[in-house]
Amino acid sequence: MDYMTLLLILDSTVRLGTPLLLACLAGLFSERAGIFDIGLEGKMLAAAFFSGAVAAVSGSVWLGLLAGIGASLVLSALHGLASITFRGNQLISGVAVNFLAAGMTVVIAQDWFHQGGRTPSLMGGGRFTPITLPFAETLQDVPVIGPLYYHLISGHTALVYLAFACVPATWWLLYRTRFGLRLRAVGENPAAVDTAGVSVVGLRYAAVAICGILCGIAGAYLATALQAGFVKDMTAGRGYIALAALIFAKWRPWYALSATMLFGLLQAVALRYQNIDLGSFTIPVQVMDALPYILTVVILAGFVGKAIPPRAGGEPYIKER
Amino acid sequence: MDKMPKWADVILIPLISLLLAAILSALVILAIGEDPWAALKMMVQGALGSTYGWGYTLYYATNFIFTGLAVAVAFHARMFNIGGEGQAMLGGLGVALVCLFIPWPHWTLAVIAATISAGVFGALWAAVPAYLQAKRGSHIVITTIMFNFIASAVLNYMLVNVLRPQGAMDPATAKFPAATHLPTLHELLLPLGIKFSKAAPANVSLLIALAACVLVWLLIWRTRLGYEIRAFGFSESGAKYAGISPVKITIVAMLISGALAGLMAINTTMGEAERLVLNATEGAGFIGIAVALMGRSHPFGVLLAAILFGFLYQGGAELALWTNIPREMIVVIQALVILFTGALDNMVRIPLEKLFLSLRRKEG
Amino acid sequence: MTGTAPAIELRGISKAFGPVQANKDISIRVMPGTIHGIIGENGAGKSTLMSILYGFYKADKGEIFIHGQKTVIPDSQAAIAAGIGMVFQHFKLVENFTVLENVILGAEDGRLLRPSLARARKELKRLAEEYELNVDPDAVIEDIGVGMQQRVEILKALYRQADILILDEPTGVLTPAEADHLFRILDNLRNGGKTIILITHKLREIMEITDTVSVMRRGQMTATVTTAETSPEELAELMVGRKVLLRVDKAPAQPGDVVLAVENLNVTDEKGVQKLRDVSLSIRAGEILGIAGVAGNGQSELLEVLGGMCTATGRITLNGDDIDLSGRQSDGQSRRARGIAHVPEDRQREGLIMDFHAWENVAFGYHTDPAWRRGPLMDNAALQADTARKMEKFDVRPPDPWLAAKNFSGGNQQKIVVAREIERNPTLLLVGQPTRGVDIGAIEFIHNQIVALRDQGAAVLLVSVELDEILSLSDRVVVMFDGQIMGDGPASTANQIGLGCLMAGMGGADTTAMAGWTISDAAAPELMQEG
Repeated sequence: MDYMTLLLILDSTVRLGTPLLLACLAGLFSERAGIFDIGLEGKMLAAAFFSGAVAAVSGSVWLGLLAGIGASLVLSALHGLASITFRGNQLISGVAVNFLAAGMTVVIAQDWFHQGGRTPSLMGGGRFTPITLPFAETLQDVPVIGPLYYHLISGHTALVYLAFACVPATWWLLYRTRFGLRLRAVGENPAAVDTAGVSVVGLRYAAVAICGILCGIAGAYLATALQAGFVKDMTAGRGYIALAALIFAKWRPWYALSATMLFGLLQAVALRYQNIDLGSFTIPVQVMDALPYILTVVILAGFVGKAIPPRAGGEPYIKER
Repeated sequence: MDKMPKWADVILIPLISLLLAAILSALVILAIGEDPWAALKMMVQGALGSTYGWGYTLYYATNFIFTGLAVAVAFHARMFNIGGEGQAMLGGLGVALVCLFIPWPHWTLAVIAATISAGVFGALWAAVPAYLQAKRGSHIVITTIMFNFIASAVLNYMLVNVLRPQGAMDPATAKFPAATHLPTLHELLLPLGIKFSKAAPANVSLLIALAACVLVWLLIWRTRLGYEIRAFGFSESGAKYAGISPVKITIVAMLISGALAGLMAINTTMGEAERLVLNATEGAGFIGIAVALMGRSHPFGVLLAAILFGFLYQGGAELALWTNIPREMIVVIQALVILFTGALDNMVRIPLEKLFLSLRRKEG
Repeated sequence: MTGTAPAIELRGISKAFGPVQANKDISIRVMPGTIHGIIGENGAGKSTLMSILYGFYKADKGEIFIHGQKTVIPDSQAAIAAGIGMVFQHFKLVENFTVLENVILGAEDGRLLRPSLARARKELKRLAEEYELNVDPDAVIEDIGVGMQQRVEILKALYRQADILILDEPTGVLTPAEADHLFRILDNLRNGGKTIILITHKLREIMEITDTVSVMRRGQMTATVTTAETSPEELAELMVGRKVLLRVDKAPAQPGDVVLAVENLNVTDEKGVQKLRDVSLSIRAGEILGIAGVAGNGQSELLEVLGGMCTATGRITLNGDDIDLSGRQSDGQSRRARGIAHVPEDRQREGLIMDFHAWENVAFGYHTDPAWRRGPLMDNAALQADTARKMEKFDVRPPDPWLAAKNFSGGNQQKIVVAREIERNPTLLLVGQPTRGVDIGAIEFIHNQIVALRDQGAAVLLVSVELDEILSLSDRVVVMFDGQIMGDGPASTANQIGLGCLMAGMGGADTTAMAGWTISDAAAPELMQEG
C-alpha cells in the first residue's frame, strides 16, 4: 500500500468517522447524566431527513442543519418525557424513538417529495462544501507533509471540523465546568446531587437536549455533507455503532474520538477492499462489518479493560427520604 | 393493595394505549392528506376481507407469535431481549442447513428436525449474551443489540461465501428440496372442504406457533421452571431466599427466548421462501417487543397482539399498494404502540389509578 | 427574652404516614455550641424527625425555629441555607469523584470549576487543622475507607457554612478507632461553636460525648435530660420503657439434644465490612433461642447464613452433620432439604412474592417438592387445596388462595409465611421479626404456633428487635452487638435493663446481676473515660 492510498483511506476514515463521533458524544452526554439512549439511531435519522428536506426546499444548508437539530430535539424531548418525567423504561423508549424515526421519515418523505422515501438530490447551497485550508494548495507538493495536509487535514466540510472541535469542548465542559461536574454526578449518584440542592430533573433534561443537538448535527452531516440528500434508513446502524464506540470509549470524550475513528477506519477499509488477502487466508469483508460489535462485546464482558457504565444509568430517580 | 382491578391492568391499559396510538396514527394519515377512516376500511378489507388477506395476516402473525413469545419469556425473568432479530436470523441458518444437507423423505420429519435446529441455533445465539449477563453483569440489552449486527454479518458471510449456489448472484441459498416444502393453509384445509387462497403464504407453521403459545403458557404457569422464572422476575431478593439460582434462571430464560425467536424461521424460511435469503427476518424480531408489551407478556395476549400486528402488516401493504400511505406507516404505528404500552406506561397508568382510587372512595 | 436563643427549637412536630404516627407532638431545644443526643430503639421516629429538619418530609403540624427565627424548610436547599448540614447513615457521595469535587458539588462559586476547587482546597486545609478533619483532597471516594468518607460528608456540611450538624447513626459503619476519632472531631466542632445533633442507639456514645440527651419511644419524646445527671441504666429504661409483657402461655422447655451448633462463624460483606465475628452458639431440640439486639448488629446475617442466603466461614452442624457454608449446597433449597425452615425478616422482599397468589406463595421455596408435582408440571390443584387447608388452620383472612399476597394485611401475609414454614415440621425453624407490622391478634396467634412447634421438639432460632417479644417467647437469650455475642443466658432471669445495656455493647452491674448469664469480654465492663 502506498502513501497516497493510505492518505485516501485515512481521509475516508475521517469522513465516515465524523457522524459516529458526533453521535457518540451525544450519547456520552446523555448516558453520563444517567439516561441510557439507544435512540441515537432514530434521532440521527430524523435529523438526516429534516435537514435534507429543508435544505432541498430552501436551498440553504444552514436552515437544513437547524431543521435537523430541531427534529432531533423533538425526539429527545420525547425520550426525556418518557424516561425522566414518567420514569419509564429508558431502553424501551429508545426503541420506540428508533422506530418512530424509521417510519415517520419515510412517510413524510413520500408525502412531500413522492420519490420513494428520498429527498431530492441536494445541489449548490443545499450541501456543505469542502473547505480548503490556507496554503493547502501551495504546500501540496512538499514531500510527506504536503499531501498529508492537503488530502487528510484540509478539504473537509465545516461539520467535520466542528465534530473534532467538539471533543476538546466536551472534555472541557465535563471536567472543567460546574455544569459538567453536576452532570457527571447526576449519572453516578443522583441522590448526592439532590441532597446538595440541585435539580436532578433539570440536569437530566439539559443532558438529553445536548444529546439531541449533537445527534441533529450528526444526522445533518449524513444528508447534507457525506451524501447529497436523504435516503430511507440512511443511518444504516450508525447510531448503534456510536453506542458501541461509547462503551468502547468507556464514556470518555478523547477515547470516544479514538473509538469512532477506529470504527470509521474499519468502515473505510471495508468500503475500499472487499476481502483482505493475507496470503495464506483472507479476511472476509463481513468480519470488518462485525468487528466493532465483536470488540464491544469483548469489552463489555470485562475480559479486557472493563467498561463500567455510569452507576445510575438506566434508573429513574425516585426521591427517597 | 392493588390500586385498580386486574382487568383494568390487563385489558383497559393496553386498550387505552392502543387507542392513543391509533389516534396519533390517524392524525399522521390526515396530515399526509388521506382519510383515516377510508384507510382503516381498506386495511380491514385487504387483511381480513378474503382468505388471501387472512392468509397473509396469519403468515405475519405466525412470525410475531414466535418473536412476541421470545420477548415475553425474557420479560418474565425481567430481561429485555432485544436480540430476537439476530436469534431469528441464526434460526434461519439452522433451518437452511437441515433442509439443504439432509435428504428428507417427508416434510413431517423435516419440520421436526428444522424446528429443533432453528431452536438450537436461536438459543445458542442468545447463550453468549445470557452467559455474559449472568456471570459478568454485561447489560443484556447492549450485548443482544451487538449480537444482532454480528448475526447479520455471519448470515451475510454464510450466504455470500458458503451457501450461495455456484453462479448465482443473489446472496441466498439454493431452493430447498421439494420434500421439505411445508403445506400451506390451502393444502391443509382442502381435505376439510374449506377453500383457502392458494397464493397466501400462511402454512403449517401457524399450528406450531399456536402450540408454542400453549407450551409457553404451560411453561410459565404450570412448571417449576416457569415458577422460578416468574419469582426471579418479580423479586431477585425473594429468589435468593427461596434458593432459586439467578445464574441458572437468567441463562435458561434467555435460551428459551432465543429458541422461540429462532423458530420464526420455520415460517419464513421453510414455509414461505423455501430458501434462506439475506433479509428473511424483516424486522419481526423487533415487532416482538411491541407484541409482548401489548400482550402483557401473556401467551394469549401475545397471540392477540400478533394477529393485530399481522393485520397491520397486511393491511399496511394494501394501503401502500392503493393509496399514498407508504408501508412504513406500520413502523410508525409499531413505534407508537411500543411508546405508549412500554415507555409511557406511567402516563396512562397514573391517572387511571387515581381515577379508580377516587371511584373506590366514593363507594366506600 | 434573655440569654441566647436555642440553635434549634422544634415545637410540637407531628408527622403521620397513613395510620402510622411516626412523630407525635415533639419539642426539643438545642443550645448553640452543644452536642445533643437523640436515642431510641429502631422505629422510634428519630430518622423521620431529622428528615423533617432537613426538608425531606413536611411535618403535619409544628414549627421549627433556627436561632430564634421561625423557619420553613420545604427542601434540602432551604435546610442548607438555614445552616443545617446532615450526615446521612448512607453517604450521599459520588463514588468516582475526588474528595474536593464532592465537597464543592452544588456549592460551586461560579461556572468554572478551577476557582471553586482552589478555594475549597484552602478551606479544607483550614478545616483539617481546626478540627482534625484531615482528608486527602485529591483522593477518590471509592478508594478511601468509610471513616474517611464520613469526614468528607462532615466537610461538605462545613464547607456550606453549616453551624448545625446532624449525624444519623454515625458510628454504625466505623471501627472503634475511627469512632474515637469521630468523637474528637465532634468535640473540636463543639469547641468551635457548632451545634451538633447525634442520633444513635448506642448508650456509650451518648454518655461519652453529649451534653444533653432526648429519648424517643414510639414516635414520642419521652424525656430530655442533661447527660451529666443521668446514667446509662436510666436511659436504657427510658428507651425500652416498662412495657406490659405480652403473655405467652407456655410450659417450661424440655430441651433435648443439641440440634444446631454454630462455631466461630464469620461473615464479611462485599464492601469488606465484617458483619459476624466469631459467633458461636447452640440450640437444643425443644428450645427457643432468642437473639436480642438493635437492628444491624449481625442478627440478619446470622439468619441469612443459616437460611442459605449468604456465604460464611466457620462451622455449622445440624444434628451433628456439617452444613455447607459456601459451596454448591449453601442455598435455600439445600437448607430446606435438611429440615431448616425460615421465616425471613422481610416478608415483602424475601418471604413472599407480592404479585403471586396466596397458593403460589405457599409453595415458595418448596416448589420443587415432589408432593406438588404431577409429571413435568406442578400440581396446582393439590397446592390450592393445601393452601385452603393451611389458611383455615392459621385463620388467614380472607381465606382465598387466589388473592395476591399484596392484597392481604401485614398480619395475614405473615400468617401465610408462618403457615408455610411451620407446617413443614422442620428440625430447625429460623424466625426473623415474626410480628413486625402485625396486629395484636395475629401476634398472639403466631407466638402460640412457634411455641407449639417447640413443644413438638423443634429447635427455634428467633431474631427480633422487640425486646418484649424475645423475653416472652424465648427459653434462652443471646444478645448481639456489632457482630459479636455480648451475653448468653436464660430468659427467666434476664431483665430489660440488663439486656438494654448489652444491646448497647456495655457490661456492668446490671448485666452481671442476671443469674445464670455469661457476659462476653467484648462487652465493655464500664464506660470508657474520655482522654
